[in-house]
Amino acid sequence: MTPLLEVTGLRKAYGPTLAVDGVSFSLPPGGALGLVGESGSGKTTTARMLVGLERPDSGSISVLGRPLAPAVHGRAARLARAKAVQMVYQDPYLSLDARLTIGETLDGVLRLHGHHDRSARAARVREVLAQVGLGDREAAAHPRRLSGGQRQRAAIARALAVEPAVLVLDEAVSALDVSVQAQVLNLLTDVRREAGIGLVFVSHDLAVVRYVCDEALVLWQGRPVEHRPLPELLAGPEHPYTRLLLASVPHPGWDPGGIARRRRALSELVPGERPD
Amino acid sequence: MNASLLEVDGLTVELPGTARPVLDAVTLRVAAGEVVGLVGESGSGKSVTARAALGLLPPGARRAGRVLVGGEDVLGAGQGRLRALRAAEVSMVFQDPRAGINPVRRIGDFLTEPLRLTRRWNRRRAEERAVELLAAVGLPEPERQLRRYPHQLSGGMLQRVMIAGALAGEPRLLLCDEPTTALDVSTQAEILALLGRLQRERGLGLLLITHDVELAAATCDRVYVMYAGRIVERATAAELFGRPRHPYTIGLLGSTPPLTGPPARLRPVPGTPIGLDEAAPGCAFAVRCAFAQAGRCDQEVPALLPLVDGADGAGHAAACVRLAEIPSPAEEVRP
Repeated sequence: MTPLLEVTGLRKAYGPTLAVDGVSFSLPPGGALGLVGESGSGKTTTARMLVGLERPDSGSISVLGRPLAPAVHGRAARLARAKAVQMVYQDPYLSLDARLTIGETLDGVLRLHGHHDRSARAARVREVLAQVGLGDREAAAHPRRLSGGQRQRAAIARALAVEPAVLVLDEAVSALDVSVQAQVLNLLTDVRREAGIGLVFVSHDLAVVRYVCDEALVLWQGRPVEHRPLPELLAGPEHPYTRLLLASVPHPGWDPGGIARRRRALSELVPGERPD
Repeated sequence: MNASLLEVDGLTVELPGTARPVLDAVTLRVAAGEVVGLVGESGSGKSVTARAALGLLPPGARRAGRVLVGGEDVLGAGQGRLRALRAAEVSMVFQDPRAGINPVRRIGDFLTEPLRLTRRWNRRRAEERAVELLAAVGLPEPERQLRRYPHQLSGGMLQRVMIAGALAGEPRLLLCDEPTTALDVSTQAEILALLGRLQRERGLGLLLITHDVELAAATCDRVYVMYAGRIVERATAAELFGRPRHPYTIGLLGSTPPLTGPPARLRPVPGTPIGLDEAAPGCAFAVRCAFAQAGRCDQEVPALLPLVDGADGAGHAAACVRLAEIPSPAEEVRP
């Protein structure tokens, strides 16, 4: 079966700083991959390269077996790219147009993608909003009138409207209250199951990644250090950085005092080097 | 039992133009040597509660109730007395260290200025003390850090500086308002290890405000859960997370994906936390509660009542009129 997404040897440097180096993975249809790491790990830069917001220095990205051009020129290529991969950002306040109602935003997306019949678009807007649990009241509202959870649902609906092959979520639930975060997490698992969409889920939160994804790629200083199915990764983390991340998750009987020791073990590694 | 460092007694705070009080009869206490968690979502009133302990209330607020710090009423205290309390008795660590420090002044200025102003220490003595404080919070080469600017430090290092600043007056009570929320997870763990060590070494009373139930379970002795300005449940951490009783607490735990145990679908609380523009005639949680009973929960404000059935439930209390009829998911929620 052709993978939804095939990424090989992605590399991106900003001047002397290597942001991402040697990131490769493959996402099967309906698969979900977690990109895990802390600030500076390269996870957001990787996500931005997937949607074409950054141009990789080298490496390739293929969607459904077709390579994405490193640079996108012209309307048709842009729309094709948008149809391949869509992104949901951490802060829907910044990613939704504040001047448009949610319905208008979705309608605009559909119009851009060649849906010319007005009433068919209206029906599709309603359908997509229903998929994320929003109704006519939210469709008629501007982003500022919605709660954080509703705004993030609207941002997910906007991304789903083009029926992309892959949805990239960059810390998309981090800013939400826990009770609302759980609603969005369940929505994402439903969308994945029902629509067969592949998810690339960028997060620092291993518990959330475990809930949404099948496997995780742990990034440290721009390099992949461990890429395994989540049950394995959580049961027997191999790289000192993965161990540090796991030990950092609060749990009953937690001893955060051991963190400093794990960090020292990590600092003795040359960046990117695998432990024996 | 230790004397209370912080006693909030029936504190109600109302703002003009809102439909419900920001705080509604909040009662809590923090004793010397204990770590107390205050857990809630955005708008629950947890930060307002902590600020009240510093004598900071929103402008135009009407209040009832008392806030005692070290036995002294802070809401009735004059500016001079408040300054003395904040200099010696209680201090606060905020969420975003970059928002709480002047970016164009050096770390040394930030730490020595309060000592020189409130204690009239000379520069040399204040700098010696600043070096001690920076060493106590685990920053390498403390003398060199004094000459640096905030932008030259990482978020985790800067939060250590803020903690050093909070300790400068040797307070007995430390209020931490989401002290690690803006930090990376492994940095969060290090800052909490530091706060835990300082708290034990100095016998501080520590109030930890957080939205993260797992964090509260892992670090606190006792926990209060807030919803829409009210305390809905209080218990020891072990009791609260082992046998939660209030439907909201149960909902919060059911919303948090676990890192271990069999994967099960989350059971989120439907709806969103109520805003200040929404009145809650009865229980504020009733509109989202699966156990809510029409005619009862939406009319009667439930009192925070001690539970009598718990053998090890010392101090466990919950505010729910249907408590007797609601099973605690206990081990089912936290395997």
